Amino acid sequence: MFKNLLKIGISMAAVAGFAAVTTSATYAGTLEDIFARGKLVVGVKADYAPWGMRDADGKVVGMEHDMIADFAKRLSAKAGKTIAVEKVVVVASNRMQFLEQGKIDMFIATMSNKKGRRKVVGIVQPDYYSSGVAVLAHKDSGISSWETVKGKKICGIQGAWYNKEHGLKNGAEIIAFKGVSEVEKAVLDGRCVGWLYDDSAFIPRKVNAPEKWKDFSIATPVVANVPWGAAVRLADRQAPLGKALSEAIIAWHKSGLLIKLENKWGIPATTWLAEMQKKCNAGDKICNDKYDDGESY
Amino acid sequence: MDVIWEFFRWLYDTQGINLTIFYDDLDRARFLKGIWTTIHLSIVAIVISLMIGVAGAWLQMSKMIWLRNIVQGYIQFFRNTPPLIQLYFFYFAVDATLSSVLGIKGGVLDGYGWAVVSLSFFAGAFNVEIFRAGVEAVPQSTVEAAEALGYNRLQVYRYVTLPLAFRVCLPALNNNLINLLKTTTVAYAIAVPETIYVANQIWSDEYNVLEMMNVVWVIYISLVGFLVWLMHKWEKSLKVPGFGQ
Repeated sequence: MFKNLLKIGISMAAVAGFAAVTTSATYAGTLEDIFARGKLVVGVKADYAPWGMRDADGKVVGMEHDMIADFAKRLSAKAGKTIAVEKVVVVASNRMQFLEQGKIDMFIATMSNKKGRRKVVGIVQPDYYSSGVAVLAHKDSGISSWETVKGKKICGIQGAWYNKEHGLKNGAEIIAFKGVSEVEKAVLDGRCVGWLYDDSAFIPRKVNAPEKWKDFSIATPVVANVPWGAAVRLADRQAPLGKALSEAIIAWHKSGLLIKLENKWGIPATTWLAEMQKKCNAGDKICNDKYDDGESY
Repeated sequence: MDVIWEFFRWLYDTQGINLTIFYDDLDRARFLKGIWTTIHLSIVAIVISLMIGVAGAWLQMSKMIWLRNIVQGYIQFFRNTPPLIQLYFFYFAVDATLSSVLGIKGGVLDGYGWAVVSLSFFAGAFNVEIFRAGVEAVPQSTVEAAEALGYNRLQVYRYVTLPLAFRVCLPALNNNLINLLKTTTVAYAIAVPETIYVANQIWSDEYNVLEMMNVVWVIYISLVGFLVWLMHKWEKSLKVPGFGQ
């Protein structure tokens, strides 16, 4: 018996030790590695139209993919040679782990810039987009406010921070799936009366497929407007890779590229982007590569 | 209890080990519910799969060829497809078809219901083959002796073949039931709030992947350990000197 306990103890220590090594290792100078191998490995989404989605040929495209292409172009100019892009499709529940493990160098994957996340990955500044959270509900659901979601079955996506904050704490029964397509199917099949998600994801659905979503509308006020950030590993945020990404995002804001892309992909114009362009061109400190005071989402 | 909860809060503040499942009421409640769902789902699926196994092995000895073929078809269908695919198939395809045929809105069964169906049938298919192996290991002379005593076919199966077969197939059955308990984790794909599902929710909210991975690991080791202990006890209590040991 004691021998067995000892064995279990040793293997537990080994597991913990291994995990500690993999999480605490620093990857100084990822940009150097990228230049050396001539390839940027980046985490992208394929389930979040039109930021990251598959087109008719199965290729991953979208607004964030265009941003990544532009960033690779900038890196190529810096390196003096072509830097290729290798895309790794991530989902909300694994993007930060992939980055920590070194599977990817960075990601632009519709991630909200949340305080807790900044402790895990290096979210570079400034942010590049902003969205809030709402419930898309069936017209017969009886949902008209955040109070009325209580006791109702609400579908969601695994790994979203607001499942707890705006779902559980409002008393909803959250049924969370791994991918967006499963959630969509479950919502349309009537397995839940509403869908708790980013409002930015609902708008293109209503615009692009009005017939399919005719019984659904955004039924709660949009809350928790949180900007989206691109991320590198913690150690890289103040290293060349993080700096280069910051520079690129600042340039995108200033030139209005993000607004152009928003337009190109049929996303309704957000005032946040327009304001950021103004602020960046005016040299506002929100547009530098540091976290600003009062920025705790 | 509060002292214990406070200890874990202190552990986070000073050591950075964040076990919210101990000091956050919301997380604790959903995690306990997750473990309970795993246990519940396992027990129900084990019981139903055993019934399927016993009944299937009996039907396989039937004289009617079409009956044997049906059982054979069932085994092939469930043994040759991965449990995750079955879950998706039942939850999204079968349920949608049934709903539209029966005119039900919101699904015939929920995720838990389909997980029970799919996992029981999956493990049941293996159990049929395991029991068949046991049944075939019972000497023909023993069966003939029982028939000579006036037992009919069902009685021979119930009182002679099955009890002996059990002893032969218990080790293989152990394996399959342990596998079944571990396979309940795939139910999180269709949002059944079992242990992995809630752990995933919690680590997404609290960013404590490492801690929760260790907790989940310990939980499954304990659950499987308990099942193994139970099955060994059963094996011992069924022991017949000179047979199957």
